[in-house]
Amino acid sequence: MPGSSAAPPTAPPASRADRVRALATDRLTLRGPLLPILHAVMDEFGWIAEEDLPIIADVLNLSRADVHGVVTFYHDFRRTPPPAHRVQICRGEACQAVGAQGLYEAATDRFADDTTIEVAEVFCLGNCALGPSGTIDGHLLGRLTLDRIDAAAAGWSR
Amino acid sequence: MRPVVWVPADAAAVAAGADEVAAAFAAAGATVRRNGSRGMLWLEPLVEIETPAGRIGYAACTPEEVAAVLEGSRESIGLVEAHPWLTYQDRVTFARVGRIEPADLTAYQLHGGLLGLRRALTLDPAAVVAEVTASGLRGRGGAGFPTGVKWETVRTAAGEVKFVCANADEGDSGTFADRMLIEGDPLSLIEGMTIAAYAVGAHEGFVYVRSEYPHAIAALRRAIAVATDAGILGASVLGSGFAFTLEVRVGAGAYICGEETSMLDSLEGKRGEVRAKPPIPALQGLFGAPTIVNNVLSLATVPMILADGGAAYAARGIGRSRGTQVFQLAGNIARGGVVEVPFGVPLRTLVEDWGGGTRSGRPVKALQVGGPLGAYVPATQLDLVAGYEELAAAGAMLGHGGIVVFDDTMDAAAMARFAMEFCAKESCGKCTPCRIGSTRGVEVIDRIRVGPPESRAAEVELLQDLCLTMERGSLCAMGGLTPLPVRSALTHFPEDFGGSR
Repeated sequence: MPGSSAAPPTAPPASRADRVRALATDRLTLRGPLLPILHAVMDEFGWIAEEDLPIIADVLNLSRADVHGVVTFYHDFRRTPPPAHRVQICRGEACQAVGAQGLYEAATDRFADDTTIEVAEVFCLGNCALGPSGTIDGHLLGRLTLDRIDAAAAGWSR
Repeated sequence: MRPVVWVPADAAAVAAGADEVAAAFAAAGATVRRNGSRGMLWLEPLVEIETPAGRIGYAACTPEEVAAVLEGSRESIGLVEAHPWLTYQDRVTFARVGRIEPADLTAYQLHGGLLGLRRALTLDPAAVVAEVTASGLRGRGGAGFPTGVKWETVRTAAGEVKFVCANADEGDSGTFADRMLIEGDPLSLIEGMTIAAYAVGAHEGFVYVRSEYPHAIAALRRAIAVATDAGILGASVLGSGFAFTLEVRVGAGAYICGEETSMLDSLEGKRGEVRAKPPIPALQGLFGAPTIVNNVLSLATVPMILADGGAAYAARGIGRSRGTQVFQLAGNIARGGVVEVPFGVPLRTLVEDWGGGTRSGRPVKALQVGGPLGAYVPATQLDLVAGYEELAAAGAMLGHGGIVVFDDTMDAAAMARFAMEFCAKESCGKCTPCRIGSTRGVEVIDRIRVGPPESRAAEVELLQDLCLTMERGSLCAMGGLTPLPVRSALTHFPEDFGGSR
């Protein structure tokens, strides 16, 4: 995280609640600040916890239901901690034209029993001329194969 | 002298290993420049070495080949700008993409940048709009609405506060031109938005970029910082006294936010639900203020229109489709990438001459033109020419210019089912035909595919009825156009649905 390494080692760690409140307060001057706030929480913690919602709602003077409604609308806003490793496979038409559906099903099966690896579908990564496209731990890849995913997974401690 | 090596930083090139190649060239002592992609995506990472004659290209370069490239012993593709894939194009919107570093303001101006904005600032705002109207430019996001007409509505709308929003929520599968433009030449989008703001009297702008495009987000933020430092954005645009600031906003994985009213709600910090129209965004858009919402390509084309005049742009194209279209060749295609040519090009020319047919080498079965909401065009209709009205007359849609190629292993019924499944997953949920109809669509297509043959005719009739309901009753294009791929698949490939031709 930016700045976190610069904090003096003696300072008590800020609680999650304090950090969420600070992230929200820092963005209050933006027009329509809720999505930038939720992205900031995602960037720092990797997910949005139930207890974050009333804090954000309080800062923005919104109802908790309003914030809940927005969080649950968007696929990006995870409500559970992220897994150690994440594989996304595009199921868009352009990638399906070069076998993405089979790849998605095979990868889902391969890691079905592994709670440290999440295989998720995604609809278009903008790499449609070189499909099947996907990401492995956030890195975009083209002409993706199950072998390539296996090779990455082989390097992960499980 | 240190060799100068260009290695694209475009996401597609990076996905093919461009960052590792760039690092290897730097370690070997070369000066590395990171350009956008030329759009010949099957050649990525396409490395270019500067020579007195021009930039020589080395296709599909790996870090291991760096020494051979620098020695000149590796096979090249010759002068990149003499490559027929590029020389047969007419690049207007994409004129600079791949040729310059994206945040290099000096190179931008050497290649014609800022001429449009400088000229616009000498004109009356109404004259700026008139130039755009004269160009015949239509919205490149897919709807094809005349850009000048939209701008004139915003210009003449009452209101102290107005906004300019660029829609960079390019969620359609098979389209990537917005991404490549933003990564390769973001200053052209910034310049186009500034011209738009001046024309309508807006002082704040937003670019809504989808979260799936992290490279584009980073490139755009860098370019905005450069433009702000140079006084192109800020309190006095190029010293004119006109103020305009620009902010990047990131989407959160919702396809529907590419629909303009849904995007506006998302920008406001709400669920990205579609609004009923009227009121149109031009009159009541972002936070209720008059708002221009334009696609990235529409806005990035405006600088050239102001620099060279609307007539120069309108001189290209056919019928009511004026200018150029940035086609994106995707899916099962041998030579995928970006082809910018005037409207009127036959689909066959794009797919066979530029695209080289399928990557698999098998026969083409169909193209999906215009994204997930576009029709499946059978191989027998490859002679259709690409224009808004020309494709519409054949029951298809140009959309954002994406062409996804399928070979003969495609199961059209599976793709029709996927169209409904995608709609069910990505519907905003506001209107019933889209929210419920899409789920019922998946179910009825399943029954057609695997149900008893004697009930098939009745199920097909039900599907047609459902499509009509979605088309007529949905609030926006998501529910309204999902029937397009479904019906076209059913019409052209009934055998895939268990029927006969």
